[in-house]
Amino acid sequence: MNDILELSAAAAAKAVLAGDLDGGELFDAYRARAGADELNAFLWVAEDGPPASSGPLGGVPLAVKDLFCTEGVPSQSGSRILEGYLPPYSATVVRRLAAAGAPLLGKTNQDEFAMGSSTENSAFGPTLNPWDRTRVPGGSSGGSAAAVAARLAPWALGTDTGGSIRQPAALCGIVGLKPTYGAVSRYGMIAFASSLDQAGPLTRDVTDAALLYGWMVGDRDPCDSTSLQFPGPIELPARSDLRGLAIGVPAELTGEGVEPGVLAAFEATLELIAGLGARVERCELPHAPHALAAYYVLAPAEASSNLARFDGVRYGYRASGADDLIEMYTRTRHDGFGAEVKRRIMLGTYALSSGYYDAYYGRAQRVRTKIAEDFATVFERFDFIATPTAPGVAFELGAKTADPLAMYLNDFCTVPMSLAGIPAISIPCGLARPPGGGPELPVGFQLAGPAFSENALLGAAFALEQALAFDGRAAAGAG
Amino acid sequence: MQLATATKMFCGCRLMFGAPPNTLTCPVCLGLPGALPAVNARAIHFGLMIGLALGCELAPRSIFHRKNYFYPDLPKGYQISQYDEPLCRGGELAGVRIHRVHLEEDAAKLIHLGSSGRIHGSEHSVVDFNRGGTPLVEIVTEPDLHSPAQAREWLELLRATLRALGVSDVNMEEGSLRADANVSLRPAGSDRLGIKTELKNMNSFRYLERGVAAEIERQRGIIEAGDEVAAETLHFDPGSGEITSLRSKEEAQDYRYFPEPDLVPIATTAEMLSGARAAMPELPAARAERFERELGLGGERARQLGFRAELGDFFERALAAGDAEPVALANWVGGELVARTGDGDPAESEIEPAALAALVTLLANGRLSVTAAREVLDVLVAAGGDPEQIVAERGLGALDDTAGLAEIVAAVIAADPAAAEQVRSGNQKAIGALVGPIMRETRGRADGAEVTRLIRSALGLDGDAG
Repeated sequence: MNDILELSAAAAAKAVLAGDLDGGELFDAYRARAGADELNAFLWVAEDGPPASSGPLGGVPLAVKDLFCTEGVPSQSGSRILEGYLPPYSATVVRRLAAAGAPLLGKTNQDEFAMGSSTENSAFGPTLNPWDRTRVPGGSSGGSAAAVAARLAPWALGTDTGGSIRQPAALCGIVGLKPTYGAVSRYGMIAFASSLDQAGPLTRDVTDAALLYGWMVGDRDPCDSTSLQFPGPIELPARSDLRGLAIGVPAELTGEGVEPGVLAAFEATLELIAGLGARVERCELPHAPHALAAYYVLAPAEASSNLARFDGVRYGYRASGADDLIEMYTRTRHDGFGAEVKRRIMLGTYALSSGYYDAYYGRAQRVRTKIAEDFATVFERFDFIATPTAPGVAFELGAKTADPLAMYLNDFCTVPMSLAGIPAISIPCGLARPPGGGPELPVGFQLAGPAFSENALLGAAFALEQALAFDGRAAAGAG
Repeated sequence: MQLATATKMFCGCRLMFGAPPNTLTCPVCLGLPGALPAVNARAIHFGLMIGLALGCELAPRSIFHRKNYFYPDLPKGYQISQYDEPLCRGGELAGVRIHRVHLEEDAAKLIHLGSSGRIHGSEHSVVDFNRGGTPLVEIVTEPDLHSPAQAREWLELLRATLRALGVSDVNMEEGSLRADANVSLRPAGSDRLGIKTELKNMNSFRYLERGVAAEIERQRGIIEAGDEVAAETLHFDPGSGEITSLRSKEEAQDYRYFPEPDLVPIATTAEMLSGARAAMPELPAARAERFERELGLGGERARQLGFRAELGDFFERALAAGDAEPVALANWVGGELVARTGDGDPAESEIEPAALAALVTLLANGRLSVTAAREVLDVLVAAGGDPEQIVAERGLGALDDTAGLAEIVAAVIAADPAAAEQVRSGNQKAIGALVGPIMRETRGRADGAEVTRLIRSALGLDGDAG
């Protein structure tokens, strides 16, 4: 049984399709393991296995972040206001993956409405990091990341708005891909910030990420106007060196604020990259230091509008005993939303207010344009940009909950790519001791490329992954 | 104005009047978590046709915005509308400038239960989302309308234009066409408009005219008393004629407009434009102008038939079906026929256009009297048929037999010598006392002018008529 759980998703799919492994047995093994979850990674686990799958993904079960709508299965986006909500339909990407042979294993914990970097903002309690249960798994897709790292799931779906796939992947020692904006349909994803949200895979290795991602993209979804036809299929990566590639290292994202242990692992990885034949040079993203400020105007602005539908009228939580409509709205949203969500709704409402729109939303949009131009300029000379994924390793539960700004800084290296809509992948590149001492924890290495460069990005990440030979099994015993 | 598309503005739900509540809904128009809008291409097509009809500048790129506010009939907490980059700008219809034309979605329908159906005093309210997401087009004019009557007439022309385009049912009673009137006064000779008020949701042409008239009087009273008009949104109650305030400008909401991130901009392609151009019918104003210029109709008759597409259609079909003289035919369509079919479409009565053409030709040829023709028209509208046959069956043909008619005239004169004497002595009115019995005797078939001529002739008054 443990042997089954040690198979990568791609290896398990291959074994099932070859008839060497029974798909039902595989599903049951993971269902039992997810059902015994001690990390609070899962909010819901499937009761029964699906009928045998003939899809190309071999019936390898999929953990899905809570915010994806799944027909008849609780989809709560980590929020009290949607507690027990059962959607009448499934998200496009969930349907596509189920049809391709990746059935739903369970729904994973997350920060409420994907707002957070530690999964501590979940209304259903925090998820624990399988490397050290006193620490956070990152967020907002912390449940998905912890489940994959701890072998509670072969692979998982997450979403990334400003780093919510890449940062938890880094903190849990797994692979996370944030796709090009528009490559994956957002239909059925409970929205945080529409112009930034993207679904992506969280996997044990780069091959699994490519395999899963290949079935997430494809024909444009007519239900999502912002989705795009991906140019060509996603290939399974096979590259073994990095010859001929130029990697830019932006000074703005690799200096101040990065923990020494993380920086050391990052620098060592750059040397390894050079050893694999790539040219590694410094580059500049002059507007990147303003990315976080722009992000914390734009994302809350969109969120303040996206979350207006949670009003107690049609579904979800409704406060009882209100005497009139305004009181019902006020009490429902007061009781139903957590503190961070309310903070961002207020920020966003303010940023869009008449008289402040130009100074906040308008200016933030201009910064966003500048950041995209910065990347375009850099990609004239470089194939990819490399940064640490997160400025630090996993921090202790509660360490940053009282300081929202310290929490926001977790996304310092990931937000610029989100604003530019470009793809980025995080792979584990080593271990580092946290600043306060303690056992070593995973460090994430981020590679970002131009829009629709996923095949090249996955290829380079695969070559690097082989050279790094990161061993994530330490987390597997933590289920 | 609601567009007559088959499906809603941002989802595939059918649009239908009178379906059971909440049966025409989906995750998108219910605002369920995770659902996303997708623009109805037909609505854009209709929007472009409206822009062409009104002579607007069609934007090569336009975008949707979110208008944020909370209300139970608004499931997403925002309405998807257009703000500073609408589909069409500028334009003109009959001398009234168009400011802009934009697309948006309608709200759902709130139903207040437990009392009179009004919100005050109701026990609870329910929402029917069937209407929610209906495509709406908002057309905004510049302040170029100068009287309540002009406002009404212009709105009637606008409705006729939209109806001719086939883009909407434009039915004010059913709410598919609604009008808000902005009213402001200015002192004679000044070119500065005073503070404006807005009368919301007037649902008939008559109420619009009355409401605007009442608001003008209200503002005049305020100004003449030396006070200032308050910028307000107002409601006109057609029952009581009263105007009440819905909200003042200070209470106006901050809608926090921002570009809808779930939709990409509408890029109006050459194909979309040529598609809209190809779909353009002849518009009412142009049709009226053609009736006047090419067929010699009077201006008022031409506008009547031009602006009411169903009348214009019936008229043109009748014209094509026979050899009736256009002006006479137009008068019969716009006069006698409308008197029988009212606001309805004559094509939905029993009369065929060719039958009316034949009737008008019979009349022009003196084959029957006006009175008889009216009787034939009654039959045609009610039961259809062929005018010649109806004339024959009912014996309504004109008495072209002058000798026969002269005998009747002589007999009537002989029977009433007193009346005959009065006519002979110059009392023209007395001739009616002779005409009446003659028409009774001939059952209306005699031509009135011929009867008069025969009476005068019999009484020896020929030659000095007049």
